[in-house]
Parts: sequence; structure tokens; C-alpha cells
Amino acid sequence: MTFKLYNYVLSGNCYKIRLMAALLDVAYETIAVDFYPGFEHRSPGILALNPAGTLPVLTSGDMVLTETQAMLTWLALTYDVTGTWYPVDDPERLATITEWLGFAGRLSQSAGLARLHDMLNWPADEKAVKAAAISDLRTLELHLNDRVLEGGLWIAGDGPTIADIACFPYTALSPDAGLEHDGYPAIRNWLYAVRALPGFVAMPGIHYLHDLKETSGD
Amino acid sequence: MSTEYARNDWYVVADVNQLAAGQVVETRLLGQPLRVSGSPDAPLVTTADGTALPAQLRYDHIWTSPGADPRPLPDIAEAAERDRTFVPCGGVRVRCSPLRAVENFLDIAHFPFVHTGILGEEPHTEVAPYKVEIREDVDEVWATQIGFHQPQAAKSATEAIETRYEYRVPAPTTAVLYKTCPPKPEAWDVIAIFVQPLAENECIAWPWMALYDEVTPYADLVQFQQEIFLQDRSILENQKPTLLPLDPRLEIPTRCDLTSVVYRRWLKRKGATYGALTTAA
Repeated sequence: MTFKLYNYVLSGNCYKIRLMAALLDVAYETIAVDFYPGFEHRSPGILALNPAGTLPVLTSGDMVLTETQAMLTWLALTYDVTGTWYPVDDPERLATITEWLGFAGRLSQSAGLARLHDMLNWPADEKAVKAAAISDLRTLELHLNDRVLEGGLWIAGDGPTIADIACFPYTALSPDAGLEHDGYPAIRNWLYAVRALPGFVAMPGIHYLHDLKETSGD
Repeated sequence: MSTEYARNDWYVVADVNQLAAGQVVETRLLGQPLRVSGSPDAPLVTTADGTALPAQLRYDHIWTSPGADPRPLPDIAEAAERDRTFVPCGGVRVRCSPLRAVENFLDIAHFPFVHTGILGEEPHTEVAPYKVEIREDVDEVWATQIGFHQPQAAKSATEAIETRYEYRVPAPTTAVLYKTCPPKPEAWDVIAIFVQPLAENECIAWPWMALYDEVTPYADLVQFQQEIFLQDRSILENQKPTLLPLDPRLEIPTRCDLTSVVYRRWLKRKGATYGALTTAA
């Protein structure tokens, strides 16, 4: 077995790992953690593995990873035979990717928390967290719009990288918190591109592309 | 908007996990703020002015009713079968009418398209004729003789099966389904949805299961149901009109929607119109 993922099916952060593994065609084992309503991520067993009490947790042999962005880096460096998802030979592009991995972490705290609040009644300052989420969506929209004007599509460089995967879930899931995508055309275009990647997998709230096609050619 | 009928039903306002963890739950019911506190065995539900409402623990949830003369809380006999695994799946807030949430729970036709690979798959999309009736003696809607091809009918299913279903609606915001139990085909798995109306256009759905499954880890059972319900959530939030139309001129049903047709007729007859549109615009 390649790795184990301590997983919660509705978590956007867990989905980053499921999506990346699917795109890299890596099989792995999942262990379901009852994040809600059981709060099992705060149980002694999980806290022993990850004192921060967050999900996902990824283990492989003796290695334990608790930061989603670190897991994406490890997955790409370990299983991406093309070397394109985390291009280590291009310092500027790699730095841009790292910038957006940081942004993805902030997005979890804004759009991700807004979603938990609206969906599972998570305690949060709704107004503040939604204002932060809108600000983050605008930041991403501006960046992706600039990329389109440059003739690009992806967050960093000419192809998809782990930065796209890191930013994708909580952007795509923002309508779960009532934050629709209507005002973000560049984001919509990019979401479409991610969903068109070979091997893409869905999660509740993020649909397969053919679900939205209005007509079928065959 | 009338809460006249609705006030005298029982509603879930918290689950046993929340009170066991010592939480004080601030929530709403029929537009009014409520506080739920106490322990699972001695729950306390109070209104904004401190009035205590009746409160009871049933089916792993805390129930209350704001009415002066509440109708009986629906009986689910399988809850007494102690060899079942009982799974309260947590509350999920949805911006839709509480009646829309129940109607979606009763719908079979969407399985292959919304729950692809789990509760249905193309090309097995046909809904064969089934029977729906209002059982006057118990005043409940029942849909029976339903069969559907399901790739993963339950976590315990090891292959696609032709699943048998029965649906039962004992109260406007409570629905129960009985479906083939894959490891014990002579018994039914029971899945219920208890819908807490926050307002006419907003609700919390509390799925609950009573299953025969001694193999699947508990967390997998919860997540299996949550994955299915959350696939419905984005669909529910995009239904227009938001309220459930009871006037047949507002939405055209097809043959496979028979349960919904009878559910709507039953609601209209009772005057259970909280969360409903009663006349064509």
C-alpha cells in the first residue's frame, strides 16, 4: 500500500488529497474519521497522530503528515512521473506555486469556514468570515484573469500544478456558503478546466463535468 | 404563512452528540429562537423569553413542540430492535423549504443522476410503477412496491442489487424509508429524515439510520449517509420556487413523482402549509 489517508468525506482539505491521488492514478487506503457529528478528530487516537486535531492526516511507513499542502508536495514528488505537478527545476514557478499554497491555507479559513458554518452550523463570525471569503475569491479571480490575458489558464505556468489542486476545493464549494460564482468568470473558467482533467473525481457539492452539459453529442 | 398546523408537530432541535458533549445549542424553530441545553436524558428547551417547551429524547435526537396540543411523535418500531446499529448522522443546514427536503428524500428518479454509482447509475434510470396511498387509519402517506437497481445500496452491499423500498411519511417533516438490508435480505434497513424547520425557506435535516450491519466501522456508516445527503444539498438549494408548490398549476409532475403528488395532496388537505406555496402566482 502506498499511503493511508485519515479521511472525512465532506472535508475540502481531505478532497485535495483524494483528487491529487486520483489525478496521479495512485491507489491508497482510507480510514474514515467521524469529524461530524462525532468530533472524532479530537479523540485521543487521532490526537496522538496529529496533536493539532485537524484532518486529513496522511501516513506512509513511519512518515506522518498533517499539513495538506505538505501532502500535495509529497504526492507530486513521489508519484508524478511527469514532474509537472511540482516543477522543482523552475525556481520562479515553484515560488509562485508556494505563494498559492499559502493562499489555499487562507482560503480554508475563509471560504472553508464559511461553508462549515452554513452547512454544519460550525461556530464562526459569519459576517467577518464571508467578507474574508469574498476578498479571497476576488484575489483569485484577478490572478486568473491576468493569466487569461497572458494566454494562460492555470495558477502558475502552462499546466496544472499542486497550487491549482490546493485552491480548487474551497473555491468550487463556496456556493455551499451562499457565495455563488456568478461574479467570477475567470474562476468559473478555471473550475471547468480542473474538472476536465483526466482522472478527475467529484465530491458532494462538486459535480462531474458531464452533469452540467446541456446537450450530448452521442 | 401559517404555523397553525405546524406548531403542534414534534421537531428535532439537537442530537444526542451535542448534549453529551455539554453543548448549549442556540437554534431556531418555525422562525423563533430556541435554546437547547441539559443532558441527553434530561434535555431542556427554552424560548427567548425563558419559557420551557416540552422536550424528549427519541431516536438519538432531542425533540420539542411549540404547540399547546401536540400530535403524538411518530413511532418508529424498529428503534426498539436493540441488535440494530443506530446512527444519528448530524444536522445539515439547507436553504430550502423543510417540505422540499422531505420531498427530495421521497424521490427515486434522481438517484442515477445525483447519487451516481451509489444509489443509481445510467442506463438503469427507469422508475417502474409503484403504489402510493394515504392510509386513513394512521393518517400517513405510504409508497410501496418500489424496486430500483442500485450499485451500492448500503455500505454493507458488496455488489449491485435490485433494492426494494417502502416510504412512509408519518408527519409533514418526518419521513422514513425501509430498504433491502444487503447482509440480511429478510429484514429492512431503516433510514429516516427528521427535518427541523428554521423558517419557511430554511431547515436543518437530521438523517438517522437503524441498520443491520455488524461489519462496517461506525464512521464509514455516518459518512456514507452524509455523502449521499450532501449530494442532494446543492440541488435542493437551487430548486425554484423555494417553497413547495401545493397548487398543481405551479409544477407539472410525471408518473414517477407519484409519492410527491400524494404527499402534496396530503399536506394541502391537512392545511400543513408552513413552507408551501398554496396558490399559483
